[in-house]
Amino acid sequence: MPRVSARLTQKLAMACIWATGAVAVLALLVIIGYTLYRGLPHIGWSFLTTAPKGGVSGGGGISTIIITTLYLVGLTLVILVPLGVGAAVYLAEYAPDNRLTRLIRFGTEVLAGVPSIVFGMFGFALLVIALHFQFSILSGALTLVCLLLPTLIRTSEEAMKAVPRSYREAALALGATKWQTTWRVTLPAAIAGIATGVILCIGRAVGETAALYVTMGGTTALPTSLLSSGRTLALHLYYLATVTNNLDGAFATGVILIIVIVVTNSITNWLSQRFRARTAGGT
Amino acid sequence: MRARYLIDRTSRTLLLACAFLTLVVLAAIAVYTFMFALPAIREVGLWHFLFGGVWRPSEDPTVEGLYGILPMIVGSVVVTLGALMVAVPLGIGCAILLAEVAPQRVRQFLRPAVELLVGIPSVVYGLVGLVIVVPLVRRIDGPGLSVAAGIIVLAVMILPTIVSISEDSIRAVPKSHREGALALGATHWQAIWRVLLPSARSGIVASVVLGMGRAIGEAMALIMVLGMTTKIPSSLFSPASTLAGMIAAEAPEASGVHRSALFAMSVVLFLLIIVINGVALVVMRRGNRAQGVG
Repeated sequence: MPRVSARLTQKLAMACIWATGAVAVLALLVIIGYTLYRGLPHIGWSFLTTAPKGGVSGGGGISTIIITTLYLVGLTLVILVPLGVGAAVYLAEYAPDNRLTRLIRFGTEVLAGVPSIVFGMFGFALLVIALHFQFSILSGALTLVCLLLPTLIRTSEEAMKAVPRSYREAALALGATKWQTTWRVTLPAAIAGIATGVILCIGRAVGETAALYVTMGGTTALPTSLLSSGRTLALHLYYLATVTNNLDGAFATGVILIIVIVVTNSITNWLSQRFRARTAGGT
Repeated sequence: MRARYLIDRTSRTLLLACAFLTLVVLAAIAVYTFMFALPAIREVGLWHFLFGGVWRPSEDPTVEGLYGILPMIVGSVVVTLGALMVAVPLGIGCAILLAEVAPQRVRQFLRPAVELLVGIPSVVYGLVGLVIVVPLVRRIDGPGLSVAAGIIVLAVMILPTIVSISEDSIRAVPKSHREGALALGATHWQAIWRVLLPSARSGIVASVVLGMGRAIGEAMALIMVLGMTTKIPSSLFSPASTLAGMIAAEAPEASGVHRSALFAMSVVLFLLIIVINGVALVVMRRGNRAQGVG
């Protein structure tokens, strides 16, 4: 009899496993399907090109929100990319195996696990209050830099490490210094992998709310300087859904966010496939 | 010739500075949140702060506020554990499906779907939860904005994290393990349950802990579906609030002791996450060593 029961268990277990998959797909379909269903009808040229009305109506479009989001992401990347890639280059190419290096790696791991609201409160304390940057795009961007640093360091370091040793050895054998090797040979070879990390960061920056809610304020006006307050797409969605009850506008903003995520996901997949193909080619 | 070596030296120092920055940021986070948290701890007292049952902030210096965060701690724990109870079985099931059971065609569809779920911003989860889950819960009992709604939204949010990391660790189990089990006459399920899952245990545990970290840190999606009361929830269908949610919801408008108390809540959250991640790190290290021997 044990054989029958084993076969029965096998069938039951497989049914359960397929059922969990079905639940996951159902969740995805509900989230994306319902957002598209509610949001798509409200997206048109005028929604994208008019400013939000502000106040409690929550009406109007999202033009200034899109511009603020672009400002914020741009400013974040300008600061984040040199610092993050620099740290990754150090860890991948230079770092000796000593206590400091281990401490830096440990710190990066811890930082990666810190919740975004804690980064937000740090930005609130240091940037908004202590440094008098107020609730502003600058405060938001610097907070995002801290938040995204571990992600970019990890992905870039992996990209650098995937570059075959022979590349470096060839450059060094030709008499190049370590820096020349890194700058002219290793970095260019790893650029697609690093780009993957950068785009991942863009996706996370666009989707972030908690850290920005406590550092950026929430005006809908067009930002005039780095010290203007503003809201990103994700923040706008939150305000529309909770403060104004303009749910249709919130869903329409959600559609834009999902489109951004789909685009960044596709680019990262495409880039990482190309990168893998290239680094696998050389030995 | 000189310039080359000068550049070489300088670049090395600059790169080290970049890497060192992560430690500076980490230290600054600890120092600044702690510094801003001190006035509240001093005024309220650590015991009353952690175990006080009433949170009634006051911006008026003449009226004394009450700052007990026990309701939020209970809320965080209940919602997180509830979400794990839903998401862990589902997530491991999906991981087994993707790694072992599903044919290539199904995987090609499911894998990007999971990746997409990871990337969707938490406010979108909150919005769909507010419009779909909350009315459904209201039909059963209570106001709808509730622990149950929070658990469902959070479970869906952490599901992809658990699936993708668990799948990787199941895939990392050497093929010979499974083939050995099958050769001894085990059914596919017996091989999965008795051989694959135990071998992949450390990775699965790590995925659960990461999901837990994400759940405890989530703020905005929960604000939207939990109702944010400051009472300790009495049932699954009553509203609640969490540490992360309360910090985010009240910080922009808070001042004085109230603001300081919110920073103290951030310190509590920060320490909680560090403990959880520390446990995860130890489990993963131990698992790696065990796999290296096997």
